Amino acid sequence: MKSLDELAKIKESMQEVLKVREGVPSAEYKAHIMVCGGQGCISSNCKDVVDALKESLKKNGIEKDVKLILTGCMGPCDMGPVMIVYPDATFYRRVKPKDAEAIVEEHIMKGNPVTRLLYRAPGAKEPTQSVHDIDLFKKQLKIVLRNTIYIDPLSIEEYIGRDGYAALGKALTQMKPEEVVETVKKAGLRGRGGAGFSTGMKWGFTASAKGSPKYVVCNGDEGDPGAFMDRSILEGDPHSVVEGMTICGYAIGAEQGYVYVRAEYPLAIERLSRAIEKAREFGMLGKNIFDAGFNFDIEIRIGAGAFVCGEETALLTSIEGKRGEPRPRPPFPAQSGVFGKPTVINNVETWASISPIILKGADWFASIGTEKCKGTKVFALAGRINNTGIVEVPMGTTLREIVYEIGGGIPRKKQFKAVQTGGPSGGCIPAEHLDTPVDYESLGALGAIMGSGGMIVMDEDTCMVDIAKFFLDFVVDESCGKCSPCRIGTKRMYEILERITTGEGKEGDIELLEELATTIKATALCGLGQTAPNPVLSTIRYFRNEYEEHIKDKKCAANVCEFKE
Amino acid sequence: MACGCNCGEDELTKQLDIIIEPYKGKPSGLIQVLTKAQELIGYLPKWAQVRIAEGLGVSLQEVYGVVTFYAFFSLIPRGRHKISVCAGTACYVKGTKTVLKTLREAIDIKPGQTTPDSRFTLEIVRCIGACGLAPAMIIDGKDVHGRLEPEQIPEILEKYA
Ligand SMILES: Cc1cc2nc3c(=O)[nH]c(=O)nc-3n(C[C@H](O)[C@H](O)[C@H](O)COP(=O)(O)O)c2cc1C
Ligand code: FES
Repeated sequence: MKSLDELAKIKESMQEVLKVREGVPSAEYKAHIMVCGGQGCISSNCKDVVDALKESLKKNGIEKDVKLILTGCMGPCDMGPVMIVYPDATFYRRVKPKDAEAIVEEHIMKGNPVTRLLYRAPGAKEPTQSVHDIDLFKKQLKIVLRNTIYIDPLSIEEYIGRDGYAALGKALTQMKPEEVVETVKKAGLRGRGGAGFSTGMKWGFTASAKGSPKYVVCNGDEGDPGAFMDRSILEGDPHSVVEGMTICGYAIGAEQGYVYVRAEYPLAIERLSRAIEKAREFGMLGKNIFDAGFNFDIEIRIGAGAFVCGEETALLTSIEGKRGEPRPRPPFPAQSGVFGKPTVINNVETWASISPIILKGADWFASIGTEKCKGTKVFALAGRINNTGIVEVPMGTTLREIVYEIGGGIPRKKQFKAVQTGGPSGGCIPAEHLDTPVDYESLGALGAIMGSGGMIVMDEDTCMVDIAKFFLDFVVDESCGKCSPCRIGTKRMYEILERITTGEGKEGDIELLEELATTIKATALCGLGQTAPNPVLSTIRYFRNEYEEHIKDKKCAANVCEFKE
Repeated sequence: MACGCNCGEDELTKQLDIIIEPYKGKPSGLIQVLTKAQELIGYLPKWAQVRIAEGLGVSLQEVYGVVTFYAFFSLIPRGRHKISVCAGTACYVKGTKTVLKTLREAIDIKPGQTTPDSRFTLEIVRCIGACGLAPAMIIDGKDVHGRLEPEQIPEILEKYA
């Protein structure tokens, strides 16, 4: 790629195809069928549906008039396999191979949507046909996931068709590196990996740090058990991550990037590898990109299953091929990162937010969200909730809106009990705080954290003491063992919880837990240990009565714990 | 999983050398090489670790340290099929316990063990990213089975001989 003109030509050439997905009929195509090819739908056998559709199109002799595409995750995983038929944007769910014939012969050839496959809102009599009218989608605002229901993740041309790589072109040909850093700073983007540090400031520190070469790293470890946003982005729009990282490379003066992805995500690894190859082929990676004298390339590093490797210093050590043990900060990665060189490390979602900011400007981005938290956040909704899956909302949306309006509430008329955010470092938020807006500060004030975006809903059948024990068990398992507060302290806490949940709890156990928690938080080496007590503290804070019931009455109201006789 | 053919150590060594070749003298490639080696052999026996240590120019101690640090690597042979039951938060809340109980009854081993006929290895993992389909498990690192009900377990297992 040598110029913006060249890029504009590719974009232009894709408009005939892409306009169909904006709802404009095309002379060339009767319809586009976009089948969700996210991990969720793949395990619901969406590939068999694709085969059946292919066959049916062929049988009717219209395979050339209809484009059939496997996309990234569309979001509503529990309704899978799902698909959207354009230009009318009809949303079908729970599609079986035997439905293919009706979709092709009734809908595409005659224009009559297949009513039995349409989505019906809980309680509604009439189904909703268009994806744009369904609450679940309508209430969302998609910046990070801007492409996931519109493009073929394997097609760089379609990505370009939707303004892909235009931000890179703009940065390289019209902006100075300092201006890029300044724009990201001014936009107010904060890291989406959990801590919420200003991305622009991080880039600024690294740009001005002494030492070379410099590196750009993508944290795709996604260790929070119950979160799958990053995987969806990597699977659904891998080029957005490649582009964001390349822009940063230019801004800070780096020529090499690494993406660290967990081995448990084979599909994400495959799609990202193909995106990197395509980007090289199109000259978006490699030498002298956009003729601006700037070189950049990206390599994938595969994580091998250690939660602590999501922590940045541990991740950087792991990239070097070593045991992923964290080390004290400072020095921060901005001064001393991979191979001891200045490094920017950001989360997948942070990377995917960069291009829109460069293209549409800092003011546009800063106009979305709350005063201190700009833009949108992607959440993975799971647990005891009707619509499980991926959603993206502006910062400041309330938990109630997410759980009830987008998530469709709790199944089987059960009572909502808590929503857990932030995984093993986070906390459980009870019903009385459902009107809290989601942003880093508000969730922090409740004793939870924003975290990377996992949101697990719990109902009356979940025991909060058991959940606290669950997270402690996780941490005990995943503690790397380097510092003793984390290695030994969390084990002691686990033992106390084990006691309480088997009916052997003692007077004073709650206080002992609190005391241990405070000590571990103050003395552990890295974020894993420092935040490990949070799930226990937050459940004690909001559900102390459940702890007391277990200890005094040997009773578990949710009927989860089994007491010794 | 293992390469499937019955090739002996000599043949495996040859193939291992091909894996090592691009990373010769590059210690930072250790995790990538171990991942591929395990894909080839099925686990990481000592002879393979020695070969990798020599090839990349790191000590055997360092290789062993890395192998034991990451949950993904195994020092012992595993069954033909690896069943990884998710015990991440979403799955836990939706009933991992029951799924695991049924599985353990069906194949009569504990997590971390392999059946005597080498058909299955059972392990617990923390989130496979299919939380929307909880409770979930993944077989052989690629087939995700979601929305599990205990009754479905025998039928699923049948597909893996
Ligand atoms: C125990 C622990 C686990 C973490 N896991 C992840 C993770 O899985 N993904 C992630 O992006 N950040 C994770 N982080 C945060 C990273 O250390 C780091 O803050 C982040 O990669 C910075 O990127 P950001 O500024 O874009 O958020 C973790 C932190 C800790 C302490
Ligand atoms: S918690 Fe089981 S797949 Fe995520």
